[in-house]
Amino acid sequence: QGKFTLLRDTRTDGNFLVHHFLSFYLRAGCKVCFVALLQSFSHYNIVAQKLGVSLAAAKERGQLIFLEGLKSCLDLVFGEEEQPGQPSPLQFLSGSTSDLRALFDFVRVSLTPADGDSWKGPVLLVDDLSVLLSLGAAPVAVLDFMHYCRMSVCCQLKGNVVVLVHSNEDSEDEENELVVNSLCHHSDLILWAEGLATGFCKDVHGQIKIIKRLSLRQAAAQDLVQIYQYKIQDRNVTFFARGLSAAVL
Amino acid sequence: LVFTEEDKYDLYSNLLFKYFLAEGVVCGHDLFVASAKEHPDNILKELPAPLLGDTYGKELGDEAAAVKSEDFQDSMKIAWRYQNLPKMEASPTTYTKFGHYYDVSKKMSPELCQSVKCHSFYLHEELSSEPTMKTCNMNSGYARLLQSIQRIISQEGFDGSDPQKKQRNVLRIGIQSLGSILWGDDVCCSDTPEDTHSLTKFLYVLRGLLRKSLSACIITVPAHLIQNKAIMERVTNLSDMVVGLESFIGSERETNPLYKDYHGLVHVHQIPRLNSLICDVSDTKDLAFRLKRKLFTIERLHLPPDLSDTVSRASKQDLAGSAKLLSSGCGAMAIGKKHLDF
Repeated sequence: QGKFTLLRDTRTDGNFLVHHFLSFYLRAGCKVCFVALLQSFSHYNIVAQKLGVSLAAAKERGQLIFLEGLKSCLDLVFGEEEQPGQPSPLQFLSGSTSDLRALFDFVRVSLTPADGDSWKGPVLLVDDLSVLLSLGAAPVAVLDFMHYCRMSVCCQLKGNVVVLVHSNEDSEDEENELVVNSLCHHSDLILWAEGLATGFCKDVHGQIKIIKRLSLRQAAAQDLVQIYQYKIQDRNVTFFARGLSAAVL
Repeated sequence: LVFTEEDKYDLYSNLLFKYFLAEGVVCGHDLFVASAKEHPDNILKELPAPLLGDTYGKELGDEAAAVKSEDFQDSMKIAWRYQNLPKMEASPTTYTKFGHYYDVSKKMSPELCQSVKCHSFYLHEELSSEPTMKTCNMNSGYARLLQSIQRIISQEGFDGSDPQKKQRNVLRIGIQSLGSILWGDDVCCSDTPEDTHSLTKFLYVLRGLLRKSLSACIITVPAHLIQNKAIMERVTNLSDMVVGLESFIGSERETNPLYKDYHGLVHVHQIPRLNSLICDVSDTKDLAFRLKRKLFTIERLHLPPDLSDTVSRASKQDLAGSAKLLSSGCGAMAIGKKHLDF
């Protein structure tokens, strides 16, 4: 409860973690607000069905609130003048405001428990935060947005927040690195998917570093780091200790 | 959204661009061509002619026959472990039903070209009226292009908005040399461009349009001119597929014996991962292209055996350097920075 998890990927695609958390929380009966900025609803739906969860059904019964970034953006850009009562969550795109307040309001309204809601804890899932920088949001605005979300979802509503970001070791995208480093310091759990240092391999798709940030809550504690390797298949992902992939054994 | 990094002199990426459009014509898809460099009508006049099944099979058949006559089914004595590996096939020898082949030396006939609807957008001919969409601080050239694409998509019903239309068709969009100075964007000219976000915003809105409709798009970009690498990283994130073409013209690789049969390398930086957890990764990452008299082929790059008598230190280092570049893989799976030294 009340945890902030950061999903980070370097030199590879950490999307499988997003799909996992989405189906995990839906199956656990939580109310999920999913801010999907990069892919369409049907993409997530098809993968979720392979993992055994139906997103359409979850949306019907109000368990899943899905913000499809691409569609919202098109409505904002090509649509008619918006009604004053319903600002678009991606309002910062039109340049009228420079902060992500509208997006935060959307999240807050979606996750505030309504009467008659019987869901366990609220969850905010974001895929992925680096896109906001590409769309013109300043790094400070993005960090403010995350801060507000964390305060309202983790502290007030006792829910969880899971966010995906991309990063690169020798990346020249300073704004992105700034956001990623700052979020790392504030996370309770970091799942870092990396490509193998030795290059591409058919049987081991990458390695995942799990960092439990115990030092965040307790002053003298050490962070716990575990490293596994993984292989992604059509319907699930298998994890194994380093060097022990099925191809080798 | 296929994002192609142009080679330095834009010879080969132009060819790839025309192949994409020609395939559209042959499949009966509608086309939309946008350019700021040359008039789209000129581009359309220069599409390669499709090869009919017999001629292509015959051409390849001749080559394959020449090779096969030297092949014996020798059983290997020393390297017997390799016996079980499939024979290395550099280029497809069987005529597969997927896609078509084109003859680069001939132009497509105008009748064939006119059998599909072609929409075009030539920046310098567009009216200078203000677009009715919110430009969101985007470069006006890009904004007008987006407006035009959106208009065609909704008018022609590619987004399913017209339920009357029984036959649904696909729209193939080709945008040439995006990001170059001709579009009014200075991202290719300086390290700190005035507006760092125009290109990425454009790609995001385009991605939205593509996801909403039955269309596919290829974009070529003079990536070698973009000095701000941060933008390239963001652009890679926003595209489904990223392919880079590196031609050997004018570089020291032209004389490298490793590459003597080829005209350039194909770098696949990212492949699409849509509707599934995994993507279809091929076995090999090292691809090179060559332009024969009639065909443009992309093949696996294989190292010829090192049979030279005098192996000088310089050439060995050269080859090792190239081998390092060869093994940098594609972005959807892992990319290695260091390579194992033997």
